[in-house]
Amino acid sequence: MSQPRDFGFGDDEVLLRDQVKKLLNERGSLEKLRALAAKDHDIYEKGEAPGWDAATWATMVELGLPALVVPESAGGMGAKKVAMVGLVEQIGLFAFPSPLLATFFAGEVLAACPAGNAHAPLEKLALGRRFALACMDAHGSADPRASEVRATKSGDGYVLEGRASFVQDGDKAESYVVVARDGDSPVLVVVDRETSGLTVSRDRIVDLTRDQVRLTFASVKIAKDSVVAEGAASSAALAKALPTILTLVAADLCGVSEWQLRTTVEYAKVREQFGRAIGTFQAVKHPLVDMMVGIDQARSLVYAAACAIDSDPAQAPLLAHMAKARASDVGRYCSSRSVQLHGGIGFTWECDVHLFFKRSAHAQVLFGDGAIQRKRVADILIG
Amino acid sequence: MSAATEEAEKPEQREFRAYCRSWLAENNPKLPSFRLPLSALEVKTDEQFDWLRAWQRKAWEAGLIGCDYPKAYGGGGHKGFQRIAVQELGRANAPFFLNIIGLSMAAPTILHHGTEEQKKRYIPGCLSADEIWCQGFSEPGAGSDLSNARTTAVQQTDGTWLVNGHKVWTTLGRFAHQMILLARTGNDDKYRGLTYFLNPIMGHPGVTVRPLIKITGELGFNEVLFEDMRLEDSMRLDEVGAGWTVAMTTLLHERGAAETAGGGWNIGDQIEKLVALAKRTPRDGRPASEDGVIRDAIAQKAIEAEAIRQSVRRARVPDLNDHPMRIALSMKLQVSEWAQSVTHLGTEIGGLESTLYLGDTEAPDEAYWPLAYMNSYGMTIAAGTSEIQRNILGERVLNLPKSK
Repeated sequence: MSQPRDFGFGDDEVLLRDQVKKLLNERGSLEKLRALAAKDHDIYEKGEAPGWDAATWATMVELGLPALVVPESAGGMGAKKVAMVGLVEQIGLFAFPSPLLATFFAGEVLAACPAGNAHAPLEKLALGRRFALACMDAHGSADPRASEVRATKSGDGYVLEGRASFVQDGDKAESYVVVARDGDSPVLVVVDRETSGLTVSRDRIVDLTRDQVRLTFASVKIAKDSVVAEGAASSAALAKALPTILTLVAADLCGVSEWQLRTTVEYAKVREQFGRAIGTFQAVKHPLVDMMVGIDQARSLVYAAACAIDSDPAQAPLLAHMAKARASDVGRYCSSRSVQLHGGIGFTWECDVHLFFKRSAHAQVLFGDGAIQRKRVADILIG
Repeated sequence: MSAATEEAEKPEQREFRAYCRSWLAENNPKLPSFRLPLSALEVKTDEQFDWLRAWQRKAWEAGLIGCDYPKAYGGGGHKGFQRIAVQELGRANAPFFLNIIGLSMAAPTILHHGTEEQKKRYIPGCLSADEIWCQGFSEPGAGSDLSNARTTAVQQTDGTWLVNGHKVWTTLGRFAHQMILLARTGNDDKYRGLTYFLNPIMGHPGVTVRPLIKITGELGFNEVLFEDMRLEDSMRLDEVGAGWTVAMTTLLHERGAAETAGGGWNIGDQIEKLVALAKRTPRDGRPASEDGVIRDAIAQKAIEAEAIRQSVRRARVPDLNDHPMRIALSMKLQVSEWAQSVTHLGTEIGGLESTLYLGDTEAPDEAYWPLAYMNSYGMTIAAGTSEIQRNILGERVLNLPKSK
């Protein structure tokens, strides 16, 4: 199949990115980020959740951002993936705490489900209801066969028992798309947060620019119209959504890494030791260049993967694994150098570098680090 | 994947692509009975030289070389055709073009800085391989720091120039008719004391060419000595004292050559070759292609290869670039370091079999891996070492202060 040479990144995509950039320039200052994500080093001891900004979420909903992931048939925009990665890069560049990414993950899965029961939750999502995807076991595997949520037929619906772990931004979510299994057969259901028998417990995590929860199900009744996919349709929906999910996480990582590069470059220009700016030393300059080159590689793969999902789906899984692999490894390198090259101040809570270091570290392992992605790449290329 | 970028081409470009494909289907030459070198840097024998020169001439006559140069200088007079021809040559796995310095360095520099007479005199021979070119920039004391060149050119009362000095690492020097020469014409300023000449080599009085043997044991580089060599003033390119500026034009094209030079390095090929090697090389009693460490390493190289290819694509989309030169200036660094690590991986997979060298019939891929790995240091050292590339990128793209 033929792909557009410019990745399909045209005027509409530029416009959307600029809108988000403008919004975050106004609402995503470092002062604000510190207030939301670095107010205290012991929030969990105090029973608090990592902060986020509900007012800005409302603006994002007004701008139609969650609707991007929803097909037009369900009242959404059905946007190209290149448009979504363009805006998610911006979110990463500001390390902005927001339910948007998690809502995209869940929306991707819903949009890949058969037409029918997925329609209603997609309509709500487009209008701003916050979703999260509950698809992982206690060791972080997103393989539906490993799901620890057991679904038992009950009438024309199901009863859920068990747990789902590592639910991204699940504390902000109002509904969950849950991957359960009935024996060996995967089942996808939508569960609202207030549902009786569902317990949401916060993980204490390193990265405070997001939250993460565990869902516990005790005889949670699922009505027939909340079942969005069963059997092979569930596996197919998850497989179809995975390349987009990987690519979005990689895009966020690219944004985070770019912030680390820019900030560390500026520091190297002004910080003086031995009577000159440390950026004159090649031991400082060359790793900064390696950060830049690595980010460029990851970014190119992110746009290539997004473009393949849009117009050449057969290539999408390979390119998405490649993009997540490169973005994860580059993320680790940029994070490491951002702290190291800042020297002593980079080791402190007062320096903003740690916020991005932690957001990157979380994203690096989310849905599989570089090594896991390379395994998938090798399976495709070598067999 | 890279194949899928042809949408939005103009009708005449699509037509030209179809023409290239059909021409190559019929004319892509069968490999000769003797071994062809990996690149123009390793041309050793007269039969290799003659074969490769004839191939370039044929491709030029067919309009696959110099497509975007004006017709008056032996080109095709088109716009945006050369990239298409390069892609199709790569896709057809066609042999490289011999006159690498002429094509990728001399011709674009002369086009930019030459007089009308010089353009008409020199460019056609660059394209057709009628005149083979070499480069006279580096000297024993001027490698990464080219401005340190000591070869002198002193203007005589009759206007001619008298040249004395010593150039090294001269690719194709033994076969070359012409040299792009950087020489010192003044001493008051390191940079403004340099002048650029188009210098006849073969049979020219006062010139001695001596072969250098490379790390691989192959010939390919030369040193060139000038003893009271005379040059006409018409052989000077641009103004006296403009040599440094002109040389920067040349280097910009040289560094881009990894991407745009005729035929040449096909990144995708290397991965296929590596996978094939891993599948037939045993490791612990199983094919190396089943070994987790080897699989990981191959996947890593494949990811980087795709990343480089997609970066070339992204560099042409202004809305996806924060700095216009950020990708372009880093390509030489990326490609050369990738090539070094991928060929090294080939030697790792081969293990002890990689100790077998040229002429040993048991050597995997006819000793391609150890040969290409050693040769890759030419790529990371020539045209500005990787260290110099990182300085340039740090200073010109990231705006970091200059290193002393």
